[in-house]
Amino acid sequence: MWRRGLIVFVVALFAVPVHAGNRINVVASFSILGDLVGNVGGDRIEVTSLVGRNSDVHIYTPAPSDARKVADATLVVVNGLGLEGWLSRLLQSSGSKAQIVVATKGITPLKLGSEADPHAWQSVPNAKVYVTNIRDALVAADPSGAATYRGNADRYLAELDRLDAEVRAAVDAIPPGRRKLISTHDAFGYLAAAYGLAFIAPVGVSTESEPSAGDIARIIKQIKAERIPAVFLENISDDRLIRRIATETGANIGGTLYSDSLTDENGPAPTYIAMVRHNIKALTSALAR
Amino acid sequence: MLAGALIAPFTEFEFMRRALAAIIALSLGGAPIGVFLMLRRMSLVGDAMAHAILPGAAIGFLLSGLNLFAMTTGGLIAGFLVAILAGVVTRSTGLKEDASLATFYLASLALGVTIVSIKGTNIDLLHVLFGDVLAMDDQTLLLVAINATITLLVLAVIYRPLVIESVDPVFLSTVSRAGGPAHLAFLALVVVNLVSGFQALGTLLAVGLMILPAGIARFWSRDITPMICIAVLSAIVSGYAGLVLSFETRIPSGPAIILVAALVYAASLLFGTVGGVVWQLFPRRHLEA
Repeated sequence: MWRRGLIVFVVALFAVPVHAGNRINVVASFSILGDLVGNVGGDRIEVTSLVGRNSDVHIYTPAPSDARKVADATLVVVNGLGLEGWLSRLLQSSGSKAQIVVATKGITPLKLGSEADPHAWQSVPNAKVYVTNIRDALVAADPSGAATYRGNADRYLAELDRLDAEVRAAVDAIPPGRRKLISTHDAFGYLAAAYGLAFIAPVGVSTESEPSAGDIARIIKQIKAERIPAVFLENISDDRLIRRIATETGANIGGTLYSDSLTDENGPAPTYIAMVRHNIKALTSALAR
Repeated sequence: MLAGALIAPFTEFEFMRRALAAIIALSLGGAPIGVFLMLRRMSLVGDAMAHAILPGAAIGFLLSGLNLFAMTTGGLIAGFLVAILAGVVTRSTGLKEDASLATFYLASLALGVTIVSIKGTNIDLLHVLFGDVLAMDDQTLLLVAINATITLLVLAVIYRPLVIESVDPVFLSTVSRAGGPAHLAFLALVVVNLVSGFQALGTLLAVGLMILPAGIARFWSRDITPMICIAVLSAIVSGYAGLVLSFETRIPSGPAIILVAALVYAASLLFGTVGGVVWQLFPRRHLEA
């Protein structure tokens, strides 16, 4: 009996690599990038995101299992613009020979202080650049699947075009004087620049810095002086501070905006497109009131 | 002009008034605890306990997600367990309190980190759990106030055995059996005050508002009752000055408060009437008959 079990086991041992060998291993640095890669690669690739859903890519520390994922990968897709500070060491220590693809190649970065703002995916036109970069990298890595990758990318780019039009229509519906808001995290610079919204943030670009009492006082004064209609929470930072500001100024508290990570399947933002739709709906409903 | 800078922030902004109220409540509860910790040579125990709380918070997070109430309760339970276990081990075996506490808090910390990583998210738990003195909502403010009330009442009940045991434990054990229960009640107070301090100042700095005022008071009095009064007073003054400092500069409020307390400590170290450096260098003449 155990002998038969052993045979099954040995067969299984050989069967698994053959099956997995058909698909290209691609590692994306975080969940949003993973979703874009998956849409272009379709069935031909196996995508893993290092920083999973609901997790903060800024304060991430890699685990040994991540080094193994990177070591096994053919392609590693990163955002670049300084988002994944931890990645270069991980690549070195894992001894990976993977090709590195920088998804933001060709995007002119906005500045946040003296450094580039990494959150370029928040504008849909930029996401289209991501998709073309990913497509070209996949075609180069796996030429036999070129037609599939091009077809998938074209379909997805058309979806992104529709999404872009949707967002523009939604912003046009908000009265021009009300297109400004406060959010805990200035991850939305690209969204703001692309669609003519003003995001004002109490904390710096990184979730690490803490505001001083003077900072909070300036924000409260500003909300009152400029009559900013809404205050938004974010899915990662401490939200008690923003509630405090809202009650003190009488501004609306908007729903949650998703910036750096997707939610799981049951959440409101399981994919990139769902995330943008969710965010823009939350924005319009709080600002149009 | 100066009076304006000292009072205006509090009349203009509600969040500053709330922060001040929280600081006063924390000082009333925490500073006397700090004095007893110092007298019992347990000043570093606060730091150790701060780490012991993590697994409870993590379990609360596992059970109900980012729910402040569940995570605070979990932290309280974990802190109590470690404090009581360490207390019992010390009382019933030859192991000293600091050694048994170090053992339990390290085990507890390791357990907490394990639980957090099993869950697989990378949210900075302590950052989410433990807030900011500028973000006091009604619930947190109430919690801090209730904590101060309970602390003062319990201290009043166990004051005598606690004082005697701090000075002469052997004497207390010959005349009364109150030593053990009083010690455990005291450790429980330490945990409650730490958790409530976390709500306002964050993990590391909560301990500061307990220990630094006690250190300051030691340089101004030899008797316990005045020492406690001085500790409470210097905690409140440091808290107030720290808030004003944070309002005028870009220093986050938690560090600002502790830095002010450290300055007061340095001044007391130099000029304190009991064992201050200046008095030691220029001693008064002895009274001669």
